[in-house]
Amino acid sequence: MMQVAPKITAAPGPLQSPGRRGWLRFRRNSPAMISLIFLAVLLALVLVWPWLAPYPYEKVSEAQFQGPSGEHWFGTDVHGRDLLTRVFFGARISLMVGAVGAGVALLIGVTWGAVAGYVGGRIDSMLMRMVDILYSLPSIVIVVVLITTLQDVTRRSLARIAGDGVASWTPTLLLLAGLGAVSWLTMARIVRGQVLSLRNRAFVHASIALGASHTRILLRHIVPNIAGIVIVYLALTVPTVILYESFLSYLGMGIQPPMASWGSLLAEGTSQLNVVRVYWWLLVIPGGLLVMTLLALNFLGDGLRDALDPKDVRD
Amino acid sequence: MYYLKRILFMIPLVLIVSFLAFVFVRSLPGGPFDKERQPASPEIKRNLRAKYHLDDPKWKQYALYLGGLIRGDFGPSMKYRDHSVNDIIKQGLPVSMTLGLLAFCFAQAIGVPLGFYTAVRRGHWQEWLGSFIAIVLVSVPALVVAPLLVMVFGIKLGMLPVALWDSPKHVILPTAALGLYFSGRVARLMREGMLSTLKEPFVMTAQAKGLSHSAVLLKHAFRLGVLPVVSYSGPMLADLLVGSFVVENVFRIPGIGVSFVNSFLNRDYTMLGGLVVIYAVFLLLLNLVVDFLYTVLDPRVRYT
Amino acid sequence: MDGFTNAFPRRGKAFCFAVAVGFPALTRLLARRIRPRFALVTVGVALFSIFLHGCGGPVDRADVVIINGGEPETLDPAIVTVQADLRLVRALFEGLVRLNVKAEPEPGLAHRWDISPDGLRYTFYLRSNLVWSTGEPITSADVLYSWRRVLNPMTAADYAGQLYFVRNGREYNIGKLTNPDEVGIQALDPLTIQVDLVAPTPFFLSLCTFPTLAIVPQKAIERHRDRWTIAKPLPVSGAYQLDFWRLQDRIRMRKNPLYWDAAATRSEVVDFLSMDSANTALNLYKTGEADILWDKTLVPSEVIDVLINDKDCHRFSYLGTFFLRINVTRPPFDRPLVRRALALAVDRRRIVERLTRGGELPAHHFTPAGIPGYQPPDGLKHNPEAARAALEQAGFPGGRNFPVLNYLLTNPRIEQQIGVELQAMWQEVLGIQVQLRQNEMKVYQSAQTALDYDVSRSSWIGDYNDPNTFLELFTSENGNNRTGWKNPRYDELIGQANRQIDPVKRAALLREAETLLVEEEFPIIPVYFYAGLNFFDGTKIEGVYTNVVDEHPIQAIWKRK
Repeated sequence: MMQVAPKITAAPGPLQSPGRRGWLRFRRNSPAMISLIFLAVLLALVLVWPWLAPYPYEKVSEAQFQGPSGEHWFGTDVHGRDLLTRVFFGARISLMVGAVGAGVALLIGVTWGAVAGYVGGRIDSMLMRMVDILYSLPSIVIVVVLITTLQDVTRRSLARIAGDGVASWTPTLLLLAGLGAVSWLTMARIVRGQVLSLRNRAFVHASIALGASHTRILLRHIVPNIAGIVIVYLALTVPTVILYESFLSYLGMGIQPPMASWGSLLAEGTSQLNVVRVYWWLLVIPGGLLVMTLLALNFLGDGLRDALDPKDVRD
Repeated sequence: MYYLKRILFMIPLVLIVSFLAFVFVRSLPGGPFDKERQPASPEIKRNLRAKYHLDDPKWKQYALYLGGLIRGDFGPSMKYRDHSVNDIIKQGLPVSMTLGLLAFCFAQAIGVPLGFYTAVRRGHWQEWLGSFIAIVLVSVPALVVAPLLVMVFGIKLGMLPVALWDSPKHVILPTAALGLYFSGRVARLMREGMLSTLKEPFVMTAQAKGLSHSAVLLKHAFRLGVLPVVSYSGPMLADLLVGSFVVENVFRIPGIGVSFVNSFLNRDYTMLGGLVVIYAVFLLLLNLVVDFLYTVLDPRVRYT
Repeated sequence: MDGFTNAFPRRGKAFCFAVAVGFPALTRLLARRIRPRFALVTVGVALFSIFLHGCGGPVDRADVVIINGGEPETLDPAIVTVQADLRLVRALFEGLVRLNVKAEPEPGLAHRWDISPDGLRYTFYLRSNLVWSTGEPITSADVLYSWRRVLNPMTAADYAGQLYFVRNGREYNIGKLTNPDEVGIQALDPLTIQVDLVAPTPFFLSLCTFPTLAIVPQKAIERHRDRWTIAKPLPVSGAYQLDFWRLQDRIRMRKNPLYWDAAATRSEVVDFLSMDSANTALNLYKTGEADILWDKTLVPSEVIDVLINDKDCHRFSYLGTFFLRINVTRPPFDRPLVRRALALAVDRRRIVERLTRGGELPAHHFTPAGIPGYQPPDGLKHNPEAARAALEQAGFPGGRNFPVLNYLLTNPRIEQQIGVELQAMWQEVLGIQVQLRQNEMKVYQSAQTALDYDVSRSSWIGDYNDPNTFLELFTSENGNNRTGWKNPRYDELIGQANRQIDPVKRAALLREAETLLVEEEFPIIPVYFYAGLNFFDGTKIEGVYTNVVDEHPIQAIWKRK
């Protein structure tokens, strides 16, 4: 049941800063806290795994298609490679993919959309039409063209700057760049829509009448009010970009073998889905972990949003 | 006036997009006639390329393409040489559009109520369940959902056809496979929109005035709360209308979704040129419709 | 547009319309206020017209439904290249010679022929009652037209090389000669064709069964030019005529009653489904929507090991080899010892038993085993010790100082898997680092043609059942060589073999050439021979016989009710 007015308690507690209040609110949000802990543990495991791993992720063996067992907790794949190790290796790549996608969406997408929505007029038109142009091109064209044309140049420059080891990461780096390039477009559109709606509100007009500068309005009034939708959309961009990488792997154009990402593991697992025989662990385990991580991310995002929200009535 | 300007603007935009696509795809190595098996003499290949003007200077090729574009003729497909691009699009586009529209409606029908309900039941277990469902939907891509649906409903239960596009029964699984993912997104956006709207002063005012719970929510809050969904509907519908690669591939639906990826991978320049233009037109039109809907739903929005 | 749009029943369209409009209407009902109303009406009308086209049409089931392969690129015999398309073309257009159910040449449009003692002149005698499906007679002028069309440089026929065995065929095709009359084909009278060859070609009759050499309708081509295969009516010379061609869906063929052997055509209507996804093909077959599945790439490689035990599965050895090309122009791969080391280190058993699992045979020589009249050399077996020794002898003991090997491959999953195994093998046995360079098909082809790789995956399917279709690849000037390997002795041997009339002597020459290829020089490393798979219920489907080229005359196929 929605509360109409804030409850008036008899003895108000000590004054707290908005930050502290936000943290307390966040702490009370159990799914968000669980998610935070889960993600922290996952991150820790992913970072520490190379030292803990009993098998290297690319080690081929005769133990093909074994189900989960004492020796291989998550089973093995077609080459007899240990799935547990590959999943943790893949986590690293997928988290990077998600981070890049979210980062680009946040930095470029939000700024682009906010400027377009706030300034309006010609600038809005121009910025949004540029978004439309990039959107109209099939994303696979953009990604593949980026990867293919910059391949040699990047490889050579990296080899010169940081040696061959780093240069061998070129395909992955370019894949990340390509994914980033297509992940900010929808965020820009959404933010622009929200900002447009906000810009014409009474409180904005009032602020302008009072002589507030545009920066102040943007930071004080607009940004907090779009924080909600931005966080939710960020939490949606991460799965989008990870799953797009999965789609590229399904086409055979994602992460280069023998490396793995959750997306490529998912694609591999799906190829095992058929009516005759299913090696379920190849699909369920990476898929399940992906779902869990994305759930955690989303609940975390919700918790953050609630904590930061200036107008949340649930207090 | 604003809308007229936008429609006129579409022409140069489509030209820019087609130009970019033209340049991009030709910057990549490989041509439409490169095969695992080369013809017996290089002259054959040369003649073939000459037939399609592939060895002419780039500007000349683009001029030919533009000329065709103006006439509405995208030329012959370089991969499916018996057919013109227009033929292929004419046969495939209505099918993809049907599938896309159905999936769109499916996504809205599931996502909007789900998100709405999740927002309204704030703080109760239904909120967490609703969020959980929505996020799971968003985390499982069509490339997993489609084969799963086929396996369960098509083969194990034998209730629905496993592929092809011959009757209304064939429509069900592809629509679900395509729409489920998007319904999750719509639900999340709907929830977010509703949550922020419900905090608006005017909501409280309406409640204070004594309007019943449901009337307030439905009539006023919904119109604003649905804004993020509307923003997203434009690009979403455009994506859906031109077909989804995975769903059309798995269910063997004779649309053009598969053609987008394939024409690029096959270096079928003419086909890609045609498809890009179609998609650009759809997208721009739909964005226009979405912008129009903003003003309908939120009277405070004004375009200069 | 064909009967596609007209055939859809009103009931189905109404259903689709109701569904599509009902859903948004329901949700928008909440908002209550939708302005302007006329927009909704126009949207509704637009939707309705879309459904007129887009909801698919019911198809009454054909007598036999075959999953053939991917979407056909073309049905024009002169330019067709994909094997699945070749099967379709064979059903529509016939040549002088045709294949029987065992894929052996037998009289087609020509009922007999004479071969001169020196093997250079063939005289074909057409049947006297031949007509196109539209009624006009088929004469030697049509044969002349068809073959000249293939050789015409303007047609740009990929397989024009099949007619290079004819005198002046090559010269005309590359533009050295401009008068088609000088090509060694003549019409002696309306029912007789004389062909002069460059050299005695023992497989020439097999070549004549090839769809490229099929007889095509001159008038239709001259009227409709590039779109002649989809213009109606399409005159055909084969057992079936084209009923309709729905893109990305199916091709329906109907019996041609005017075919000279129409009495032997068993099925009235045959559907050919095209698809790209192996799992979908399997699903359609398992649910009975398709009667026959005969494209190896459309069988999911993940479950081949289970499927080959299915009673519906018919296996056969297939005329194709999967092998690795080595770029001999790039050091250190220019040293035969290095290539030898790579070849000896490949454990084919691992690939065939763990990855492909379709019962493929490991290949130690290039030409598939079982070509009649030919005994291939043994080649080199897997021998890690010898591999290490060879590499050491080449100057890289234990793989030290050996550069990173770039292995070029394409997208399909099985290619990735093979690449990973090879990487492991060369790493374990030779101690060399291998990097997998996966590229999309066109980039891979480009790189291979430009010799921008170290080792590359490759495959080759034979065109006819003779070693030459494999061995001629690695002659110096062959466009399909793509290894940079040029060996005058090899060229000499192949050339001699193709001039040799005595089959025993010829086989010996070819064997010598192949020995050079796979035991001494190693520009290639053969890995395995493709295994063919056909799926059909032997108790219901008749007329399909597995054979090494996987060709099945459609007219012989029928299904028990």
